Amino acid sequence: MRKKFYFVLALLSVVTIIEVAMGMIWSRDESMKEILKYSFIILTLFKAGYITMVFMHLGDEKKSFQTVVLAPYFILIGYLIFICLSEALYVGEFRPAVENYFGL
Amino acid sequence: MSGHVSQTAASTHSDHTADPWGGGTSPYKISYGKMMMWFFLVSDAFTFSGLLTAYGFMRHKYEDIWPTAGDVFTHFPMYDGHIELAYVAFMTFVLIASSVTMVLAVEAGHRMKKKSVQFWMVLTIVGGAIFVGSQAWEWYHFIHGTEHGAYLLEDGVTVMRHKIDPHTHVLEKDVFLVPVNREGSLTEFSGFREVSGNEAAVMKSKATHIKGATLKHNEYGIPLFADFFFFITGFHGFHVFSGVCINFIIFLMVVEGKFERTGHYEMVEKVGLYWHFVDLVWVFVFTFFYLL
Repeated sequence: MRKKFYFVLALLSVVTIIEVAMGMIWSRDESMKEILKYSFIILTLFKAGYITMVFMHLGDEKKSFQTVVLAPYFILIGYLIFICLSEALYVGEFRPAVENYFGL
Repeated sequence: MSGHVSQTAASTHSDHTADPWGGGTSPYKISYGKMMMWFFLVSDAFTFSGLLTAYGFMRHKYEDIWPTAGDVFTHFPMYDGHIELAYVAFMTFVLIASSVTMVLAVEAGHRMKKKSVQFWMVLTIVGGAIFVGSQAWEWYHFIHGTEHGAYLLEDGVTVMRHKIDPHTHVLEKDVFLVPVNREGSLTEFSGFREVSGNEAAVMKSKATHIKGATLKHNEYGIPLFADFFFFITGFHGFHVFSGVCINFIIFLMVVEGKFERTGHYEMVEKVGLYWHFVDLVWVFVFTFFYLL
């Protein structure tokens, strides 16, 4: 059990170091922007998974309880992220066109 | 039937044991206190998600002129140069390490080892205090700003800042960056344009010199960046601070021997859940605020 905790600590630290190193090397490289963005998000979810499942012992709870805690996330926050980011891109990119259309 | 909750519940309604949802038992096989802590964390996580999504909205809206966190957070204690995000990475490590010491305290509690619980809890409290201190240090540098500052133009919103070399982080004294409005819009921007020489001198003469960031202005660029920084890291820092306080109270209860008398260390487990949650939130703040 204790060995597992130290293993997770090492794993999360290594992932953090990799993230910072990736940022230092590629953050100003336009061609890497998209790849960097999605790999950061995937690595973050990976870290979050280890924290909730091992440290918070959610992995040891009953399956039905895991669903109760996690389902609101994947449904509501997934929707919130989708709607906010797509709206933000809309106001960012097409606002002038809309303003012209309505004669604002 | 396992766990003390379901046993006590089952003893009063012994005929319901066959159906977990028939009442009288805990269908999730989890104690009341722990389940309520989980529900609190779920709601708290929604608050943080709301803040981070709002940040994402503004960031996508002002994508072209949003400051790079790597340019802003370059300080490291007792080091004069600039290293991108090294200190934030250190803070992340401290918080993850304190999460591990917390989980070890919980594990020692399961074995009813009082000395061990005390030891790991002290380390957790120290880790949390280092993190809060580091955040205060970072706020100090952000509020204080750079040596040269920036210029707030006549409109009171647009910031003309010094150009920073992306590789050496050295600031160019005579070259400035000014956001460019998107055609036909006053609130949208398409990027920066470099200003130098006479034009810069004229603009500077009409502008106000600002240093650092507050809720109203931000020398690193758009004020929203500072607003979200103060709100999100402040809200998280307050969680860490309360976590340290609660941990300290529980630690005193451990020392005093309360949980030896009750016969279980579930209280340590509950505060542990909260502490891991604070760590979990930081993982997201670190990615979305600093890395991306």
